[in-house]
Amino acid sequence: MVEKNGIVQLKNIDVTFHNEGKTIEAVKDVSINVQKGDVFGVIGYSGAGKSTLVRVINLLQKPTAGEVIVNDQKLTELSAKDLRKARKNIGMIFQHFNLMRSLTVFGNVAFPLRDSKLSKQARKDKVNNLLELVGLSDRANNYPSQLSGGQKQRVAIARALASDPEILISDEATSALDPKTTTEILSLLGRLNKELGITIVIITHEMDAIKQICNRVAVMEEGKLIEEGDLLTIFANPKKKLTKDFVNTSTQISNVLDEVKESGIIDSISGHLVELNFMGDVTNEPIIIELYKKFNIEANILFSNIERLQGTTVGIMLFDLEGEQNKIDKAIQYLTDLKINVKEIDLKESEGK
Amino acid sequence: MTHFLNTYLPNVVANWEGDNGFVVAIQQTLYMTFVSAIFAGVIGIILGILLVVTTEDGITPHKVFYTTLDKLVNLFRSIPFIILLAVIGPFTKLIVGQTIGPTGALVPLVIGTAPFFARQVQLALVEVDQGVIEAAEAMGLSPIQIIFRVYLKEGLPELIRSGTLTTISLIGLTAMAGAVGGGGLGNMAISVGYQRFENDVTIVSMLLILVLVFVIQGLGDFAVRKLEH
Repeated sequence: MVEKNGIVQLKNIDVTFHNEGKTIEAVKDVSINVQKGDVFGVIGYSGAGKSTLVRVINLLQKPTAGEVIVNDQKLTELSAKDLRKARKNIGMIFQHFNLMRSLTVFGNVAFPLRDSKLSKQARKDKVNNLLELVGLSDRANNYPSQLSGGQKQRVAIARALASDPEILISDEATSALDPKTTTEILSLLGRLNKELGITIVIITHEMDAIKQICNRVAVMEEGKLIEEGDLLTIFANPKKKLTKDFVNTSTQISNVLDEVKESGIIDSISGHLVELNFMGDVTNEPIIIELYKKFNIEANILFSNIERLQGTTVGIMLFDLEGEQNKIDKAIQYLTDLKINVKEIDLKESEGK
Repeated sequence: MTHFLNTYLPNVVANWEGDNGFVVAIQQTLYMTFVSAIFAGVIGIILGILLVVTTEDGITPHKVFYTTLDKLVNLFRSIPFIILLAVIGPFTKLIVGQTIGPTGALVPLVIGTAPFFARQVQLALVEVDQGVIEAAEAMGLSPIQIIFRVYLKEGLPELIRSGTLTTISLIGLTAMAGAVGGGGLGNMAISVGYQRFENDVTIVSMLLILVLVFVIQGLGDFAVRKLEH
């Protein structure tokens, strides 16, 4: 697949740490290409190297090998002074907000503007506009210690936007927040992406965060990039085991399967257990009725999760199919023809292990 | 009142004015304390910052520089002050032209205090949230900007706390310097009060020093309260 050169390109990045004689390869030969306007998610468990990788983008972490190209500029070759200039085009928000305790909310947002050529009034207007954008106008004179976690992250976002960056890096920015606040912060980021056209790279260990705003996903494990693609493809058709795990925890199907096994329903299930994955228009087909009419098969829904991702419907269902064996085979063929991904599940066998 | 003073503090009254009196001694103590506090403060802040930024995780790491400075600070901190006073006599003479009197005491006071304060500054500044430093780097601030806008700003309450502590221990040193010819309230307490058995002079000297300590502590606490959020 040929991709055009993105706004952020990491090419064959290696990051190796030497610590007390031990060598740790935090990132191994990772390349990513983020297009302008993307919300690019990097997901992985802690220790997967995603935080190290994302710090390479603005060279807070110098790569041991590889190239960093942002906005057609090779950051790895810039002088310290030019690098500082380039960094102003890359906003960053952090898990622990990293606000100045000694400054008010207004002062924090105005902090990156200290050397700007704006007049005093223009600077003031700009900070007030940013505070309005993140919904904190009434908190301008408070100190960070007087704010909740979600509010602190909003201040951090406003601060990151103050230098009008084209790229925003979010380093686990929602990991210290509760689920409701997480959703609010993510939808704010999504809004900024749409309204300002800012390119966002977020790293997280939560699939839900990725699902909410990303259009492209990269999965990292042990310093390597193991799978990458657009959200829908990854979500509907994950290839690697880790990716499947992330998708499963998000749809909760693995919990359901465990419950089915434990609850004893399994003994009353007479037929075939199948997992269906589908996306797009398929959802408009009345498949349960069709299965009955065409093949005389009763489909019993054990679990269903349907959500909208990037404006497309993505669904996962667990069916118990009852009917004659040859008809079931035909039914599965019928479903497959509808572009539904069908996977037969043998619970009894897995239970016997 | 006068009667009370004459009855209970006869020697204090006798020694109040004049070249070797309390008024002069108070001025000398204040002079030694504040002039050396200013010099030791500036030197200590500079050395403390250098220690923080050149350390391994600092913003401009420099192993050789850090190790050398670190050892030097330790070395000077290890010399007992009373010995330092004697050892650096020639150096003192070179710089301020005399080795006795309040001005002669300034050089050893600064050299005795600056390394201690440098260590305090270092401890205060490493407490500054590393994440905030990282955020500032990500914003494209230069190391100098990070020192002035982040380290010194965020570390200010802690710096004032250390400054207060250092000034108070400096007052202790001025008393010691006074005893070996520096003048001031320390000299008053020892060479007048103690050696001439004029106990009231010793006690009043001590009380005046305590007042000075409490005032400085109070001012420091007030400033910290104002600055901390």
